[in-house]
Amino acid sequence: MTEGPLVAVLDYGIGNLRSAQKALQRVGADARLTSDHALIADAAGIVLPGVGAFGRCVEALEVSGLTETALETASDAAAGGRPFLGICVGMQLLFEESAESPATKGLGVMAGRVERLSGDVKCPQMQWNRLDVLKPGELLAGLPEEAWMYFVHGYAAPVGPDTVATCVYGSPLCAAVRRGNLWGVQFHPEKSGTTGLTLLENFVSTLVGVR
Amino acid sequence: MKTVRVIPCLDVDNGRVVKGVNFVDLRDAGDPVELARRYDLEGADELIFLDITASSDSRQTTVDMVSRTAEEVFIPFTVGGGIRSVDDARAILRAGADKVSVNTAAVEHPKLISELAAEFGEQCVVVAVDARRSTDVDSGYEVFTHGGRRATGIDAVAWVARATGLGAGEILLTSMDRDGTRDGFDTPMLLAVGEAINVPLIASGGVGSLDHLIDGAVAGRADAVLAASIFHFGEHTIGEAKDRLEAGGVAVRPARC
Repeated sequence: MTEGPLVAVLDYGIGNLRSAQKALQRVGADARLTSDHALIADAAGIVLPGVGAFGRCVEALEVSGLTETALETASDAAAGGRPFLGICVGMQLLFEESAESPATKGLGVMAGRVERLSGDVKCPQMQWNRLDVLKPGELLAGLPEEAWMYFVHGYAAPVGPDTVATCVYGSPLCAAVRRGNLWGVQFHPEKSGTTGLTLLENFVSTLVGVR
Repeated sequence: MKTVRVIPCLDVDNGRVVKGVNFVDLRDAGDPVELARRYDLEGADELIFLDITASSDSRQTTVDMVSRTAEEVFIPFTVGGGIRSVDDARAILRAGADKVSVNTAAVEHPKLISELAAEFGEQCVVVAVDARRSTDVDSGYEVFTHGGRRATGIDAVAWVARATGLGAGEILLTSMDRDGTRDGFDTPMLLAVGEAINVPLIASGGVGSLDHLIDGAVAGRADAVLAASIFHFGEHTIGEAKDRLEAGGVAVRPARC
């Protein structure tokens, strides 16, 4: 097997990180679950997964000593540096704060507050939903015209200038954001079948030649 | 937009699928991983593995199966059966499952639900409820445990309200009256239980035709429909199920996308 680009999947002791790692490996990355600063520094790209409550993820990141690293690498990506992908709560962590855990602060690389889903819908959204792609960019290029992804979340980031895809659940929600080489997706590409794998393959493709 | 999920359920005993799986083009119909891949390719939205292994010393077999599945299947899957503690759940989730389902253990120790939710998040915790019609409880639906063999005297509607209050992220409701009959879901029970909760409800027990799936989603207002035999015996593909649901006015993720 040829060695793909090194992807550091930040391991801060929460949830099922294995599936993100396995999906990235499937699309050719040398994906490692790690909290090792040297390895993270060597990686061509960074993935920040996240499940559970916002506050608990913030806390776990802190306990693992990864808050500064996550903030620095995400900020660097936003400024055009090494690509960084936040998944689910990992995307929400990029924002300033969340209604789910008002006492804790997010990384604040993206402006705004994550809010609870509203409208005449069940919360959480736990289902597949169709993306409305606003700006495909490298990450969302080559997806099927009807791209369906798997969502599990009770809160969502605000739709704003960095939003590159939405989905409708009660109202249009922010499904994906992008600034520079910083991406965040509310859905789980690692659990969205071949469509999700295509997105991850796109992410890995941006890493070739990074290092 | 709400889309209804179609979920095939695989009963697994000691690492092998049981309950007659009969696909023509499977090399090994008893291998859960091969069957899971097949359903993924057909467009299943999720999978549920129900581990019916009797002996507790073969937990490792289940963990290995989960691990192999996670290598090959990139849609969400839940594992239930025999999970009695946070440590049991952790082994399954670490191996790559997305959710765990608890049934008897949750009825016996409801605190297990809140412990699991605190540790892994509510989205990981499915509470499976086996219920029968009964005049012994207020709602008329009574919870049974131990694979549906033991009456508890607990009202199913009250139980799901309590379970979701403790942190259940989803309810899997099986009608023991209908399970295996192919007579269709118990839709009044789905409605009664669905009204008591604000988390997704998976309908289970009794599917014998594709129209039953529509009944579960429309008359029963379920968020997901589970079936086993209509898929395992090769009677219907997931694609056919989704086409029928869509024709019946139920929004689904198309099978091919």
